[in-house]
Amino acid sequence: MNKNNLILYIGILSFGIAAPFLFPAFKVQLSILCVLIILATTWNIQGGEMGYNSFGNILFYGLGMYLCASVQVGMFFPLAEWTESGGEKTFVHTPAQFFQGMAVGLLVAAVVPTIVAGLIGYSILGLRGHYFAICTLGLGVAAGEISGGIEIIGAGQGFTTPPFPDVGNLESRGEFFYFLSFIVLILTFIAVRGIYSTRFKLILNAIRDNEDKAEAMGIQTMKYKIVGWMISAFFCGLAGGIMGGLVGYIDSTDVAFDGREMGVFMVLMAILGGKGTLWGPIIGATVFHIFKEGFWTFFLGWQYVALGVLIVVIVIYFPEGIMGWLREKYPERFGEVVDEKDRKAQVELK
Amino acid sequence: MDFLVFQYPMISVQACLDGILLGILFALIAYGMALQWGVMNIINIAQGDLVILGGYIAYFMYLYGIHPAWGVIVSPIIMFFVGIAIYKLVINKVVDRDLFISILATFGISILFMQLMNFAFGADVVLANSDYGTTMLFNNNVVLPNSKIFSAFISILFAICLVIYMKKSKLGRAIRATAQNARAAKILGVDTEKVYAATFGINAALCGVAGALISITFTIHPYMGLPYTIRSFMIVIIAGLGNLPGVAMSGMGLGVFEEFADYILGTEFRIGSVFLLLVLILVYRRFKLSRKREYLK
Repeated sequence: MNKNNLILYIGILSFGIAAPFLFPAFKVQLSILCVLIILATTWNIQGGEMGYNSFGNILFYGLGMYLCASVQVGMFFPLAEWTESGGEKTFVHTPAQFFQGMAVGLLVAAVVPTIVAGLIGYSILGLRGHYFAICTLGLGVAAGEISGGIEIIGAGQGFTTPPFPDVGNLESRGEFFYFLSFIVLILTFIAVRGIYSTRFKLILNAIRDNEDKAEAMGIQTMKYKIVGWMISAFFCGLAGGIMGGLVGYIDSTDVAFDGREMGVFMVLMAILGGKGTLWGPIIGATVFHIFKEGFWTFFLGWQYVALGVLIVVIVIYFPEGIMGWLREKYPERFGEVVDEKDRKAQVELK
Repeated sequence: MDFLVFQYPMISVQACLDGILLGILFALIAYGMALQWGVMNIINIAQGDLVILGGYIAYFMYLYGIHPAWGVIVSPIIMFFVGIAIYKLVINKVVDRDLFISILATFGISILFMQLMNFAFGADVVLANSDYGTTMLFNNNVVLPNSKIFSAFISILFAICLVIYMKKSKLGRAIRATAQNARAAKILGVDTEKVYAATFGINAALCGVAGALISITFTIHPYMGLPYTIRSFMIVIIAGLGNLPGVAMSGMGLGVFEEFADYILGTEFRIGSVFLLLVLILVYRRFKLSRKREYLK
């Protein structure tokens, strides 16, 4: 790590800590931004680095959301009666119960999706290319439809997560969720950065570039693919658990297994920033979130139309993303040696 | 309600007949999917939304007092031009690219269409009433709406017309040549750009027919597109590209499966079971192929 990087990291960290006090009105938006960055970064592990474009990470996100909330409720109160009473506050969590439940809930929300990813990984990751994409899309939507029919987690009418306990300070809810998501974001970043500096990343890239050849070179591709997907699932589950508490209400198809929104958003954010880079998804998620909130405010009602157009434009005209564009423009900054002769020859070829 | 199917055998007959009539409709949509997939090598997620848009055209004719069955003729004509417009704006830029790009781009179109239809027609579930009455079979134990029989008949008619057109006409031959080898077709003087546009237009027109029939027989809603896309995708991967009898058979099979899932699991799990079936079929094929160290391409 050189000096410039250190300054950058310290700058971002101090901004992250100061942000909720600098912009107190945007605390919820900042927390959502953190969650979006986590989703985009972890999608990038198997979407960008491994080349397995999944629409199905929403499965782990939604699973984490339901699990975290159910554990938080189920640890202290009967779950069925809680969902039965809907939004009515017949049961009230004490602060100790709330935080205890949240901690256990997040743990479960991270571990169970990881196990699920490991279990289904062997069958699903044997598919390649667009079959994998469509199959995972099917998984995500099927999970939404099926969870919408299960009574104990609220079925079609939704599931209210435990309200934040009264600890004297009105601001504390926003601050708690912001710092929770920010800490998870930092952990995610450290983990992903660690992964990207090991041989594991090179293996993932080999799988992306030519899976058959990688296999012929003696790499057990299936093992690495499953591990890559499990890492994604771990952080997606955590992000889902936080988001459930933040939104306060879980609906099967509109909040949890929202394949049409969140499921596409994470792909889009990673592509917008640049697939297969460390910083790409982070930049992409930030830019996307700012754009999206702008749309939501100024084009109220037309936001999905704008979103559809945005997807088409990004995918067609900007498939390399911001990082890819920068890389083409300033290859020296990315440590690439450019041979002037070679470049000229390529221009002439075009 | 749960296990009525096993207690009253007549319900099984009902479900089978319903499923077959429904499946013929699915097969028509899937045929369009197979056509564009084979010729242009794109997967169109917006397929279902084109179907729903076609349905709304028929519904609007119904609102203005024209019999919705005429939608079967009007809707494909309008949808053909909608399809060509989509091709010119978006699809021609993704034809030669990675399949995933086409999936994402058409996903964008799908979201766009969904929301535009929601604005234009409202979020209500609607149907165009055709007043065709019903047919009773087997001592009045099995009830079949005539509109379903009509829709199956029209679907078969359109499919036969299309097959003959693809076999005999010049454009049909050009489309088949492009599907086999786009480069060679280009060298031999086929304007592939035009062929692609026509293919997408024909696909949209097929969606228009299917949509008009769905608005008569079932209900339409702006957000109901995605299941139709998944169904047609599923039918195509079971049958394979360019296998019309296979498409028809697997379409009917899917229809019957859905009706039974509806009776046995309950209506709320109907769409979920379709999506789950897709996953299961893909996984089954993956294991079958991996025995020969191959994978789905």
